[in-house]
Amino acid sequence: MNRRGFFLPTAALLGFVFLYAPIMSLIIFSFNENKLVTVWSRFSTKWYGELFSDDQIMGAAWISLQIAFTSAIIATVLGTLAGLVLTRFGRFRLRTPLMGMTTAPLVMPEVITGLSLLLLFVGMEAFLGWPAGRGMTTIIIAHSTFCMAYVAVVVQSRLGDMDDSLEEAALDLGARPVRVFFDITLPVIAPALISGWLLSFTLSLDDLVIASFVSGPGSSTLPMVIFSKVKLGVSPDINALASLIILIVGVGIAIAFWQLRRGMKK
Amino acid sequence: MGSGNLGPVEQCRRRGANVMSEAAHIPMRRAPGGNLITRMLSRVISGRALVIAVPLVWLLIFFVIPFVVVLQISLTDAAIARPPYTPLFGDNWEFYGDLENYAFLLSDALYINAYLSSLKIALISTLLALLIGYPMAYYIARTEEPKRSLLLMLIILPFWTSFLLRVYAWIGFLSLNGVINNTLISIGIISEPIVMLQTDFAVYIGIVYTYLPFMILPLYANLVKMDVSLIEASQDLGASPMSTFFRITLPLSLPGVIAGSMLVFIPAIGEYVIPALLGGPDTLMIGKVLWTEFFNNRDWPVASAVATVMLVVVVLPIILLRNAQPKEPS
Repeated sequence: MNRRGFFLPTAALLGFVFLYAPIMSLIIFSFNENKLVTVWSRFSTKWYGELFSDDQIMGAAWISLQIAFTSAIIATVLGTLAGLVLTRFGRFRLRTPLMGMTTAPLVMPEVITGLSLLLLFVGMEAFLGWPAGRGMTTIIIAHSTFCMAYVAVVVQSRLGDMDDSLEEAALDLGARPVRVFFDITLPVIAPALISGWLLSFTLSLDDLVIASFVSGPGSSTLPMVIFSKVKLGVSPDINALASLIILIVGVGIAIAFWQLRRGMKK
Repeated sequence: MGSGNLGPVEQCRRRGANVMSEAAHIPMRRAPGGNLITRMLSRVISGRALVIAVPLVWLLIFFVIPFVVVLQISLTDAAIARPPYTPLFGDNWEFYGDLENYAFLLSDALYINAYLSSLKIALISTLLALLIGYPMAYYIARTEEPKRSLLLMLIILPFWTSFLLRVYAWIGFLSLNGVINNTLISIGIISEPIVMLQTDFAVYIGIVYTYLPFMILPLYANLVKMDVSLIEASQDLGASPMSTFFRITLPLSLPGVIAGSMLVFIPAIGEYVIPALLGGPDTLMIGKVLWTEFFNNRDWPVASAVATVMLVVVVLPIILLRNAQPKEPS
């Protein structure tokens, strides 16, 4: 008992160090004045200044935010419908295929998803004339498709935990299914929708591979710009960008966590 | 959830609702609203079918049909045209497809080696992730609230930050004048920097690092539900901690082990970003090969054939993953 009491905390601690040390060093060195990223000279915020004056990065960030915002909304609507159908509609003929189609995108290698969607868009353009060329629209469609799978999983688990006697009672009392959904189900699963939307937003903001396949000229997303810079080596302004993103996400998650804890205590 | 699992309060509530509905069924039922057109329309397509159809049709068009297109293009030949491949059917629907690209994949050792090397890298990374993730998941599962939620949040937090930037962080960590080498030299353990970046080792680190939450969360979900009395019984009967672990804990947590391993293994096979940034020129992975065929050689048909074979390779682990998931009670 004693040996395990020593081994487990140590292993867990080392694991957390492994998870956080690279991120911490990234943040520390973003405040380094030296152009050589890993050699510390003195504290400076000049790379943050350079970051905000870099038009290429700022433009790509704006494109990425627009794409992430839109595809997160589409993914949340589609994913909620898929989750609802899979948990509340009982058995129907196409249930198993639908279930497979909503879980497969979670594990599908990104290169396959990206290539297959690009080939679809090229084929559709040849036959239907839409989408004309590739750009933000095609990236939004691609991101909505793989993000809706994540939303469906989140919504399904929430619906599974939910007490469905509430819905049954409403139905028994004569409410129409649509009304039951909007008046009872939706308010109960709202936290799942919010976390599904946030998850989709960050996944879309983060995607490099799929966007590289389905983007067109003039629609380079932030990860694509970062990737082309990073391939040439470490650069301090990317450190600054990374620190900002980590900071924003970290604060967001901490607030969400705190809210959740407070909600649980009530 | 069957009604047998419901607590007494739930059962009363449910029974109450049924009684109420029986009593109030007819007077409470609203008259069907809407005008004639919507009523007629709702007779043709029910709302239920419509709700099913929306996600189904979307996934059909943007997830299933793309695979058919990939399969189709893998049977054509590359051509200098727009799009850069020969048509599969002639004007009178003659079939032009052949398996030339697949024969090419078999004839060139590069492709077979890339598949094998991807499997090897994915396997080693999965085992490393399991070795690191299992004790962490076990520790968190045995921790009391509220510390447990905090630790869980610390596991999930990196997953929310950019994947690309987390891989990038390791470049600064592993490079010749990176944090690890600088630290080791300043302590005096080594005198010359160790080459770590652009090696397979860096790729293992990158994969383990980015996919560790996927390993830990299913393991945690399994371990936290485990009946501790079984472990206590084993210890009371005199089994050593080691033998308790290998004969009780590990076998019981096998579904979690399989789910976590597959969640690391499957995406690792097709990984592109990690070998591109952390691996060396001789790090062979199939995702990188597909990328090169597509973006550098502009050979869409061969890229499609590579993707089709990759899909076949990942199908088996996907089935394993599905079977490891807890069955829903019907």
